Amino acid sequence: MPSVAAAESVRSPPPTPWRLLARAVTGNPLSLLAGAMLVLFLGAALFGPALAPHDPLLTNASRTLAPPSADHWFGTDQLGRDIFSRVLAGTRVDFLIALGSVSLAATLGTTLGMCAGFLGGRTDRLVGRAMDMLMAFPLFVLAMAIVAALGNSVANIVCASALINLPFYVRLARTETGVLRQAGFIEAARLSGARTPRILRRHVLPNLLAPLSVQASLNMGWAMLNAAGLSFIGLGLRPPAPEWGLMVSEGAGYVVSGEWWVPLFPGIALMLSVLTFNLLGDTLPAVVDPRRR
Amino acid sequence: MTVLTLISRRLLAALPTLAGVLVITFVITRTLPGDPAAFFAGPAASQEAVGQIREKLGLNRSLPVQFGVYLRDLARGDLGPALTTGQPVRVELAQRLPASLELTACGLGFALLVGVPLGIAAATRPGSWLDHGGRLVSTLGVSLPSFFLGLLLIYVFYYRLGWAPAPLGRLDAFVLPPEPVTHFLLVDALLRGEFATFRAAAAQLALPALTVGLFALAPLTRMTRAAMIEALASDYVRAARAAGLSRARILLVYALHNALLPVVTTLGMVFSYLLGINVLVEKVFAWPGLGSFSFEALLAGDYHSVQGFILTMGGLFVLLNLAVDLLYGLIDPRVARSPG
Amino acid sequence: MLRLSVASWVLFGLAPVVVTAADTRAETLVVVTAAGPNSMDIHGVGANRPAYGASWNLYDRLVSFGSKVLPDGSRSYDHTQVVPELAESWEISPDRLSLTFHLRRDAVFHDGSPVTAEDLKWSFDRAVSVGGFPTFMFKAGSLESPEQFAAVDRHTFRVTLPRPDRLALPVLASPVAIAINSRLARSRATAQDPWAMEWLKANDAGSGAYKLVAWQPGTQTAFERFEAWKSGPRPALRRVLVREVPSAGAQLALLRRGDADVIFNLPAKDARDLAAEGRFTLASNLVENAMWYVGLKADAPPFDQVKVRQAVALAIPYEAIMSSVAYGRGRALFGGTEPPTAATWPSPTPWRTDLTRARTLLAEAGYPEGFASRLALDQSLADPSEPIALLVQEALAKIGIRVVIEKIPGANWRAALLRKDLPMLVNNMGGWLNYPEYFFFWAYHGQNAVFNTMSYHNARLDALVEAARRETDDEAYQREVAGFITIAYEEVPRVPLYQPVLDVALRKPVTGYQYWFHRQLDFRQLAKP
Repeated sequence: MPSVAAAESVRSPPPTPWRLLARAVTGNPLSLLAGAMLVLFLGAALFGPALAPHDPLLTNASRTLAPPSADHWFGTDQLGRDIFSRVLAGTRVDFLIALGSVSLAATLGTTLGMCAGFLGGRTDRLVGRAMDMLMAFPLFVLAMAIVAALGNSVANIVCASALINLPFYVRLARTETGVLRQAGFIEAARLSGARTPRILRRHVLPNLLAPLSVQASLNMGWAMLNAAGLSFIGLGLRPPAPEWGLMVSEGAGYVVSGEWWVPLFPGIALMLSVLTFNLLGDTLPAVVDPRRR
Repeated sequence: MTVLTLISRRLLAALPTLAGVLVITFVITRTLPGDPAAFFAGPAASQEAVGQIREKLGLNRSLPVQFGVYLRDLARGDLGPALTTGQPVRVELAQRLPASLELTACGLGFALLVGVPLGIAAATRPGSWLDHGGRLVSTLGVSLPSFFLGLLLIYVFYYRLGWAPAPLGRLDAFVLPPEPVTHFLLVDALLRGEFATFRAAAAQLALPALTVGLFALAPLTRMTRAAMIEALASDYVRAARAAGLSRARILLVYALHNALLPVVTTLGMVFSYLLGINVLVEKVFAWPGLGSFSFEALLAGDYHSVQGFILTMGGLFVLLNLAVDLLYGLIDPRVARSPG
Repeated sequence: MLRLSVASWVLFGLAPVVVTAADTRAETLVVVTAAGPNSMDIHGVGANRPAYGASWNLYDRLVSFGSKVLPDGSRSYDHTQVVPELAESWEISPDRLSLTFHLRRDAVFHDGSPVTAEDLKWSFDRAVSVGGFPTFMFKAGSLESPEQFAAVDRHTFRVTLPRPDRLALPVLASPVAIAINSRLARSRATAQDPWAMEWLKANDAGSGAYKLVAWQPGTQTAFERFEAWKSGPRPALRRVLVREVPSAGAQLALLRRGDADVIFNLPAKDARDLAAEGRFTLASNLVENAMWYVGLKADAPPFDQVKVRQAVALAIPYEAIMSSVAYGRGRALFGGTEPPTAATWPSPTPWRTDLTRARTLLAEAGYPEGFASRLALDQSLADPSEPIALLVQEALAKIGIRVVIEKIPGANWRAALLRKDLPMLVNNMGGWLNYPEYFFFWAYHGQNAVFNTMSYHNARLDALVEAARRETDDEAYQREVAGFITIAYEEVPRVPLYQPVLDVALRKPVTGYQYWFHRQLDFRQLAKP
């Protein structure tokens, strides 16, 4: 019955995301770790290109596949590019993809879900059918098909990722809205003459933000892994963009031949960021659920 | 309502979904910018040769006509030829589906065996080191791209340590396969009592199943933990505690039974998600399943195969949901009786 | 029997009933390769390269090529020497318009029935009738219609030509000129499918040294020696298993652990490492008549200007490509000092990296600030075309040409080549028949075949190529070849980079690997003591 609980908690003003985060982070050691990593990654995403010791795109034929050293902390890749700089620069690209697809899916999915949950009837059935249909597709293959059809640009990868994450948001928003619809304060708003869009925006949406942020946090990790998977089958970002998944998949073949540093460092970066988002996602319910506060 | 009516009603309700999948898939495959005729005409082909092949494949006709032909063939159970492998798509799918299902089921089995106990343990002591450790371990599994995890496992367990057999599909080529009954190697080997074959097949399965399973671990552990915490806080568990029932009995009989419902739902979703993600794992382990087949087909513009694959997956999804519903009914008889 | 076992494999999707235990492994050669055949019939629509390899081992041809030892000690086929296979002997008429083949009398198909001239007639009729690749290949030797083939008697087969063509005999030694068991195939033909295309796709109707035991598309193909094969020396290997392993890393792991005997066609980087290590035999042969190149669309701005193309040729970082993409394996096709000749084809261009001159030429062409363009590559050949593209992109940026790299999936690549709308592309091109005029006819001639990816047209070059095709006088031929190469290299619609190497890694006891122009593995020469 968590949804009912959420509905009861709406009387108090919804806390700001920052306060939520701060409270979550101080609660347990893993969340603290996740919070610290998030700060680190955000810093890298913002300032990475400026901090990089080398040009992440600059090749050097005389220093290809060099192991980690004082000059190249993470070694160099098959074209002599500095892996440390590429990993740093890749943070921004990967976070953009994750953020872009999650915000797109969340915005669209929440809107659809709210409408379905609030209006019910035909709209609800229609949206429900569409989502059932979408879920019946093998989602990763659907993303592959979209990128193959439209081309491998950042925008298309973001759209494909967003589409396959859409049903989760729709379901979430629809269930929660369905419960909220019966709540007294919504009824009051309706009686005072507020129009549906306004009710949805002012009264329903704020109450969805908490569960949505959990879902979004988990999805950020997924979106990154999806992009990596697309790279592995050759449908990733356009080269020479330094994207972690692309770097891991290009370097995957070097594990057996002994140049482990090529895929390992971008792999670790990818792993840690997915871990960060997942741990944050795990932490948020503890804050949202009033019984555990 | 009997189980049978439930099944038939559910299947009937799924028909529009499948029809939608059918139409969308058809549109997607025909609007892929690649030209299958150009691809299959070979490197030396002239425009005319490509035109001939387009005609042979029926690609020069209008889309509605092509769709009509497709439906007619489908009604006859003909999914067309797979252009990439030269076999009928039906044969390819029938052959590869058991391989994919066996892999996914084993991976999921592993995730259940590890994830559910881990989730229960975490729920009994929320906030403890056990809880945090379990969460960290299960989350790590879902943090690495599955293809990279697979390659790392191959590197360590096959290449370095030599514990795992060569990553070459379902069975060593020099081991006699069991007589096919269910087409699941493990089951068939057991049915025939061929334990050496069973061991060989299980050894082949170990690494890919582990790769798949690690991916499923996090959601299952998380869901079990959350559901158990909720169940443990419920009135009937409190009542049971007050009645002085043993701790193990409360945990496993009362709490777990109620916590199973959301776990089963998650299980269904994870299963269909895994079938999709198998594309990558199968490629790494040279696993002769549906995933590796579908992605080759997609890149080659082999629309017959892509259509057949997606349709199969759609059908599986419907069946899976049905299975979840039935399981629900088994766990909680009220669900099967109430409508919806 | 054969059909039964194949069917059981296909149905059950499992490894075959090939006898068990370790001794089977010991007498089986395990080959790993990235992709496997999609057909057993080389005449079939869309048959891929591995299918040529399967067909090469399952079927015999009238004639074949001899073999020679190259200066580096490796073995190669010898295109100057045509040797008997199904034909014991043959005569060419004085007017060079008819070729008469005398078939060996002891040759039998895998089902035991004898190979006759009727089978060849049916097979060749099929090759020129079904369209697509076989018809195209036959045409290269002036073999165009069924009337040209006649079964004179049971063991005599005659081919007549509309005009003398020195490629006719080599074409009959090429993989498409297979002898099919016509009785068996016809029994499987239908009214809609008179050439039994459907059945032969998955079944073996050959007389080759190996027969098909089982084929699981996308997974593995198993071959077994045909004990009654008489058309050449008895092959040493009893069984061959070709397994498809898409990941190069996994292939390498299999070889190093001894679970695979041969990696066919491995990446340059792995080949270099294995060669340095010395634990494995590495057979490396330059691919004849082939090159990796950057193509520039010559019939539209900005690459319609010779100076722009030359600027590109001067900007390309050749040495970096050789060292970090080709890993030094391959022959540089740049920085040449000698004039080109037919004997040294593919010969190096005179171009080398000179950014100052490149900038000057670009400014003279009216692009002092450079321009923007797209550089396309085939996603299925991302190694090595992607690193090439990256290096080219970086170098062109230095002279102001800003390119975006486009990776095109395999399905779209062919379509894009046919459309001819890619301004710049990285591609490789190889001709089966090792003659420069053959290469130029397809890759440079103004007939604008698919392989002329640059839509290049130069009337002078066309005339020289056509003259060389008909030439009988060797001196004039040499002059014409040097002439068209010089034009092509001066005007650089395609900038040659390097001639690639086909690398095959073999576990030490395996010997006898021989390079073939079709770049597929011939099991007959291999041995595993």
